[in-house]
Amino acid sequence: MANVIEIENLSKEYDDFFLDNVSFVLPEGFIMGLIGPNGAGKTTIIKLIMNLILRKSGTIKLFGLDNREHEVEVKSRIGFVYDNPNYYEHLNLKQIKNIIAPFYPTWDEAEFKRLVEKFNLPMKKILKKFSRGMVMKAAIAIALSHHADLILMDEPTSGLDPVFRRELLDLLYQLLQDEKKSILFSTHITSDLERIADYVTLIINGKIIFSRNKDEVLENYALVKGGNDLLNAETRKLFTGIRRNEYGFEAITSNLQETKKQFGDQLVYDKASLEDIMYHANLRENHV
Amino acid sequence: MKILISNASPDPIYEQISKQIKNQIIAGDLNEGDPLPSIRKLAQELQISVITTKRAYEQLVSEGFIDTVGGKGCFVAMQNKELLREKRMKTVEEMLSEAVSEAKKLGIHLNELREMLELLYHEDE
Repeated sequence: MANVIEIENLSKEYDDFFLDNVSFVLPEGFIMGLIGPNGAGKTTIIKLIMNLILRKSGTIKLFGLDNREHEVEVKSRIGFVYDNPNYYEHLNLKQIKNIIAPFYPTWDEAEFKRLVEKFNLPMKKILKKFSRGMVMKAAIAIALSHHADLILMDEPTSGLDPVFRRELLDLLYQLLQDEKKSILFSTHITSDLERIADYVTLIINGKIIFSRNKDEVLENYALVKGGNDLLNAETRKLFTGIRRNEYGFEAITSNLQETKKQFGDQLVYDKASLEDIMYHANLRENHV
Repeated sequence: MKILISNASPDPIYEQISKQIKNQIIAGDLNEGDPLPSIRKLAQELQISVITTKRAYEQLVSEGFIDTVGGKGCFVAMQNKELLREKRMKTVEEMLSEAVSEAKKLGIHLNELREMLELLYHEDE
């Protein structure tokens, strides 16, 4: 199985932010969620994949090709949805399409029309008058109209209502019916990914906490609760992001089996959602 | 084919799928040679990930319930009737042994248990 994205030891430095030696891969035909709190580095990674900013070090291969040496070629195969599409606000969708379409040799006018109809987008209204959901739909329609093999989406659902978010997921499922298509989707709204994602990469403060098969994550992680008397230097090693209150503590374990073996029914075990994992991992990164 | 997934179930999703397909094969609702939806189609319908669906199918293949035909998809495998019966017998045995151990905990005597079993057995006759 080929990898669509291969990132190795990628670093980027800003005055107040450091993307620290990031590595992960996305196999062809799957969808990966890039999750993390605001400011974790999700957008920086996506911008680096698109080669919109300079990196400090590291390599990025897309479809097996270096993303800088083969920039034009790889970009023509990417459908890019940015979290705040900077379209010319005074133009309508038809005018924007006429500007963008010629850049893509594989532009499919019929597909664009189909999506515009499906999304109920007006062709002649200026974009300034679009709602956020409509702007997002327009960006998605454009990204999907040149038969991209890799869809990159940066926070496509932030600020959008649950109805639209469900519609977007349906669309992604349709796309994934073709096993040659892959998707990288960054978001801080993890519930969007809980079901659809094949892989999850969690990033906090510019560092990858993990990048793995989502099912494995959800099977090995658990939300545990117990009395404060159980906490000591030794047991703390098993718990991530301990949140204490007067009557007990709550934390995440990344090794449910081992924790159960050690503590048995002294603890309460709950399924951990991606949000639980992100919250507690963030607690650890920022307080220890 | 019918598959219902519960988020509240302690069983992982892939297991819920493989169990339900298995039960439909054993019950004869799915027959030898019946085609199953593609992995990607099923993932879309159930709104779960491709990897989860793949794992469910892999489990069914490894247990001999379905076959993968390259390029054509998955089909219900030829079932060995003897083997199926044996498998189901084993399930019955397991459930009985669970009942027995529960009964022992409560101090229920074998004769009492026998009576219960007979009553249950003849209940819907």
